[in-house]
Amino acid sequence: MAEKNLAGKTVEVTEEGYLVNTGDWSKEIAAEMAKEDGIELTDKHYEVLDYLRKEQAAGATLTIRKVGKSGITDIKGLYQLFPGGPLKLSSKYAGIPKPASCV
Amino acid sequence: MTEVKETPLKKVLIIVAKANIEDVYAGLIMANGAVMEGIEAKLFFTFFGLDAITKKYMNKLHTSTVGNPGMRMPGGLPFPTLLGAIPGVEAGVSAMMKKQMDELDVPPVDEFLDMITAGGGEIYACKMAADMFKLTKDDLSDHVEAIITVGDLYAMSGGEGTQIIFT
Repeated sequence: MAEKNLAGKTVEVTEEGYLVNTGDWSKEIAAEMAKEDGIELTDKHYEVLDYLRKEQAAGATLTIRKVGKSGITDIKGLYQLFPGGPLKLSSKYAGIPKPASCV
Repeated sequence: MTEVKETPLKKVLIIVAKANIEDVYAGLIMANGAVMEGIEAKLFFTFFGLDAITKKYMNKLHTSTVGNPGMRMPGGLPFPTLLGAIPGVEAGVSAMMKKQMDELDVPPVDEFLDMITAGGGEIYACKMAADMFKLTKDDLSDHVEAIITVGDLYAMSGGEGTQIIFT
């Protein structure tokens, strides 16, 4: 565990940069995390993040297949939004734990 | 002291040579997992593995209920091989396996190929096996990039951080 200053707030993050407390999340924190990876968040990105946060809060296991069927974007779109980590990066920016599924 | 240099995995070539549900899905899950991690993935189907990309058979894969020591009855008792030989048993067990995978959000084969190619993964068929089974590109899923030789496969295997996996 480490502390990190994101968007003017000190938050606890895991070694891989995921928020320890989902409650610390804000849109600004998401934007700053994404910026570190060279991604500029758009409304579409935030729609995905909102969806992931809602599903995670409901206790669902998240997969790219599920996001692809959410109606927000298809799987190809998801890869374009979060290059190199469709579920890992989106989960990180959504402030939820690292995905624990294999699909 | 020698310096340890980590070489991250950049590319995987996964070879699937069998048509059992478990053999095919092992390859599909590994390839999909790779593209989800930003690793370049190429799947190469050969011999009976071609069933997984043959339009006619790809969504009708079976697991073997005969000679499969991992098979157990619900509850954990051994599954007698002779029971597995009764007509219909293999189809029933295979359907049950697919249902359980679906509950874990593991899709049918054609949809899985959609997911892998959406992430930039590539699907290839082995030329020799295709010739042997008299299959042409038209018999194969539209996701199949090309029918290639083993030489072509090795030509794609260059580069630092590349691994070939035979399932």
